[in-house]
Amino acid sequence: MDLSLSDEQKQLQESAERFVREKYTFENRRKIAATERGWLLENWAQFAELGWLAIPFSEDDGGIGFGSIGTMIVMEQFGKGLVLEPFLPTVVLGGGLIASAGSKAQKEALLAPMIEGKKQFALAWLERQSRYNLADISLKATKEGAGWSLSGHKGVVYNAASADQIIVLARTAGSAREDKGLTLFVVDGKAKGLSRRDYPTQDAFRASELTFDKVSVGADAVLGKVDAAFPVVEDSVDRAIVALCAEATGCMDAINAATLEYIKTRKQFGVPIGKFQVLQHRMVDCFTNAQEARSMTLMASLKIDDKDGIVRRKAASGAKVQIGKSGKFCGQSAVQMHGGMGVTDELSVSHYFKRLTMIDMMFGNQQHHLTRYSNLAMAA
Amino acid sequence: MDLALKPEHKTFADEVRDFARKNLSPATKAKTFSGKHYDRDDHMVWQQALGKKGWLAYTWPKKYGGPGWDITQRFLFENVLAEESAPRIIPFGVKMVGPVIYTFATDEQKERFLPGIRSSSVSWCQGYSEPGAGSDLANLRTRAKRDGDHYIVNGQKTWTSSAHWADWIFCLVRTNTEAKPQEGISFLLIDMKTPGITVRPIIMLDGAHHVNDVFFDNVRVPVANCIGKENEGWTCAKFLLANERLGIAEVPASKRGVRTLRSISEDPSLAEKIADVDLQVQALEMSELRALSAMAAGGAPGPEVSTLKVRGSEIQQRIAELAMEAVGEYAAPYQPGMLFQDTNETPVGPDHAPPAAPRYFNMRKTSIYGGSTEIQKNIVSKMVLGL
Amino acid sequence: MDLAFTAEERKFADDVRAFVKANLPADVREKVKNGKHLGRDDYMRWQQALGRNGWLVYTWPKKHGGPGFTPSQRYIFENVCAEEYAPGIIPFGTKMVGPVIYTFGNDEQKAKYLPAIRESTTWWCQGYSEPGSGSDLASLRTKAEKEGDHYIVNGSKTWNTMGHWADWIFCLVRTDPKVKPQEGISFLLIDMKTPGITVKPIIMADGGHEVNEVFFDNVKVPVANLVGKENEGWTCAKFLLANERLGIAAVPQSKRGVEALKDIARIEQDNGRPLIENKSFAEKIADLEIQVTALEYTELRVLSTMAHGGQPGPEVSGLKIRGSEIQQRISELAMEAVGEYAAPYLPGLLWQGSNEEPVGPEYAHLAAPRYFNARKTTIYGGSNEIQKGIISKMVLGL
Repeated sequence: MDLSLSDEQKQLQESAERFVREKYTFENRRKIAATERGWLLENWAQFAELGWLAIPFSEDDGGIGFGSIGTMIVMEQFGKGLVLEPFLPTVVLGGGLIASAGSKAQKEALLAPMIEGKKQFALAWLERQSRYNLADISLKATKEGAGWSLSGHKGVVYNAASADQIIVLARTAGSAREDKGLTLFVVDGKAKGLSRRDYPTQDAFRASELTFDKVSVGADAVLGKVDAAFPVVEDSVDRAIVALCAEATGCMDAINAATLEYIKTRKQFGVPIGKFQVLQHRMVDCFTNAQEARSMTLMASLKIDDKDGIVRRKAASGAKVQIGKSGKFCGQSAVQMHGGMGVTDELSVSHYFKRLTMIDMMFGNQQHHLTRYSNLAMAA
Repeated sequence: MDLALKPEHKTFADEVRDFARKNLSPATKAKTFSGKHYDRDDHMVWQQALGKKGWLAYTWPKKYGGPGWDITQRFLFENVLAEESAPRIIPFGVKMVGPVIYTFATDEQKERFLPGIRSSSVSWCQGYSEPGAGSDLANLRTRAKRDGDHYIVNGQKTWTSSAHWADWIFCLVRTNTEAKPQEGISFLLIDMKTPGITVRPIIMLDGAHHVNDVFFDNVRVPVANCIGKENEGWTCAKFLLANERLGIAEVPASKRGVRTLRSISEDPSLAEKIADVDLQVQALEMSELRALSAMAAGGAPGPEVSTLKVRGSEIQQRIAELAMEAVGEYAAPYQPGMLFQDTNETPVGPDHAPPAAPRYFNMRKTSIYGGSTEIQKNIVSKMVLGL
Repeated sequence: MDLAFTAEERKFADDVRAFVKANLPADVREKVKNGKHLGRDDYMRWQQALGRNGWLVYTWPKKHGGPGFTPSQRYIFENVCAEEYAPGIIPFGTKMVGPVIYTFGNDEQKAKYLPAIRESTTWWCQGYSEPGSGSDLASLRTKAEKEGDHYIVNGSKTWNTMGHWADWIFCLVRTDPKVKPQEGISFLLIDMKTPGITVKPIIMADGGHEVNEVFFDNVKVPVANLVGKENEGWTCAKFLLANERLGIAAVPQSKRGVEALKDIARIEQDNGRPLIENKSFAEKIADLEIQVTALEYTELRVLSTMAHGGQPGPEVSGLKIRGSEIQQRISELAMEAVGEYAAPYLPGLLWQGSNEEPVGPEYAHLAAPRYFNARKTTIYGGSNEIQKGIISKMVLGL
């Protein structure tokens, strides 16, 4: 048992920290969010150059084998700067799915260029009725000659507008909400019959609604086995959850630091408001919440590679519950302690608050994961 | 970074488990499971067995007769013992006064007191709080006046756990009334058999007798029993409090508590509440491991361990609350015989029902003792956040 | 003690409902129902309709042109309006400056200002907070110096709600900088068209513009616009704040909010069933509903005390605390209900009334902005920390 970072990991942390410090000041982020793409190609090129796009992948897959701890380290720094580049959809989700389910040819065609910074991905799984059930999928893929034809709707697909390929979770057999009968397809972002409605999200990321109208793909578009995608997607989403948790710990550190600074300097009744015990204790609770979030994220990052699927799922859900709870506490408290300034667009605090709020909503909120964890723990 | 255990650690865990199974009496284990009160023998028999094995003072360095374990071994030891339903080790000797003695005392004092602590042949209690000095500990007024090679001690200590079982008490006393409150305090060891000491039970809201008032009426204590320098006892006091806060989170016992909850609860609506506290325990455990890992790398326990105490006590309270919720209306019958004596009385409702409510009432103390939650937050606010 | 309404009161409820159905413009009703933002004109059309019926200033005594409702009638009026999706009445004229004027103003001032408040022909806004004076209101520094029969006002006010729509502003200004903070403050009415006033928008976390900073640069205000005595404005200020706290609990709106939340939970799907059948979610709504009921009965008890001649005491601070927490919780659960569909941010639809199609149902894209925006409720009108400070001191004597 050892919970300290290796020298290599420390270097990674320092370089991610430097990137955020130099490229992601609050004003800079505002500008990046307002660009057409919503993130910067030059930053992405820098990620590629620094080797960050290779972090989670094994050396066999062309990666650098830093694993989940590597992902945790960069995501945490991204959280501190509210980084907008699509690391999660492209590297963690897209790259992760291709690495775990892709054929040799798919890895060569997709993963290798992604690691070089030349490809963007998106995962399209959610539908209007799905809520947080990964098996509640009705977009249909039907056999069409040697290939398939996809028709249906996907919602809130992050990074779809920038994605060269969209990985689509479709129903190829079985009835609604059955976990058997789901298949993953790699669909070209510009495929005929695929239309998009793009929009920004509350926290300044980009997402889209996708409509598939008889989109034709070849047999080689299938990622993994036909009808057997569910466990692959579940595992990949669990990894994305752990990465999000790391991002959230970074957000919490930043929002707590901003709040601490504010209550030390803002004066009312002739003293800094941080002299009032109500605020002091609330600030301590924020600090404790962030500690717990960091602890659970670390636990999950260490366990997400476990051989036992139950251990992995419990780890992801457990961390997500903590992040939901702590994120809400730190976010709401930061706004409250900033007073009116906290509810304006002018300070960073509302932006961290919005991101923390949206992180809770992604891939299942606190309640969803508490239920999932509880069921897993009862079954064990 | 790695959570996995090395093979030698697995062997170690097996050895501890084996030891616990051979040395813990079934009656003691049953009390742990149902949440009944232990008597003095439950503790002493078990602690002396550990002492014989050299494991009682498991947090001590080798130099002072501890086993010199690394953090993984400590972690495993605590967890395996909790899993095996061992009573917790009474902290006053091993975790409180022992480290103060080996850190601040003279060689003579070390030789005199440490062996009895390691073997649990001497039992200790703590004389810190007073009626007028609770959260504001430095306000204490128990007076020790020098009289030749003795101190004459007069005053009162309160909330003294296990004083009615103890052979010795370590006390904070005022040796200088003129200086600032923190600067006139000394750390004194007092034999409980010394004439002039009276112990008065305080009965708690669940009917239990754990704690006492201890009165000192012209009690003569040799100057040789003063640890560290006269008037510098506050240093010992702070050192002890910081150590106390670390173990006080009681993570292994809470882990066991969660397992017990799952085994007694048939109500599906409780399942998510149990899951929630389960996750709180995990977060606390990881936070404690991170702190221990930092300490292993050479750091001392910092003021942020205060947050462990805060959460640890909340979790203990929550577990007790859920155990009471699990038994529903069967929490109501009050059966003191079953709680405090080994009567053959049949419980009303399930076995674990009679202690449920008393335990819940009793556990309210955890956010009050060892520095209340409010005090802990003040410490973090000042020392960590700089407010 | 009786919870039941009399036949008369039931008749009154029917009258109010008939009035709202006949007079609330359909488009305004739709906006309120869907939780959309309202424009100045939306408020004005409804408030003027109420004004014509004598009901806009429903809390005022008969003597000053109010309808002289009993506490039961007030309760019925507020609840029926909320149930029928009427917009909340903007409080600055009717609930804030109006009562200050009829309590502390002279006859001339009453005659000049009250009719337009009753009819909603002038829009009022509030000039209390300043950048350096939030919770510590008495430290305010906007200065009013006497020069002949005018004051010259210099300084700035912030968190000024809807000042960009306002005709008049009531301000706390410092007229004596030498005495104790509370003793040198005056209560001044200022025409927003006076030269030297600039209104600068503050953009909120949800991207909306509802509050402003207001700057005063040598603004000339007639001495006749002073309400009460010079340097005694703090009395008006405290009176107004106590009144403000009462309505601020927004119980009828929260009752409506809980119903709207249930409607959302009936539409949203969870594993192929309506979300409202999800036990955990249903219990959260139940918990909220019980909190609303507790708040409602506490408010009724306060109203009953007032009906028997008592004044609203500092314990109404408790209503504000709970009321604001409940408003936040409703918005939080609505967001939870829509799940990932809370993410799309559609500012055009939110703020400019564009015709773009929402992503998902209308309520989905409004959920997160409403949640973000509702964080203000525990901050404004005296933050909850300040309210607890008041209760601790004034009620508990700590």
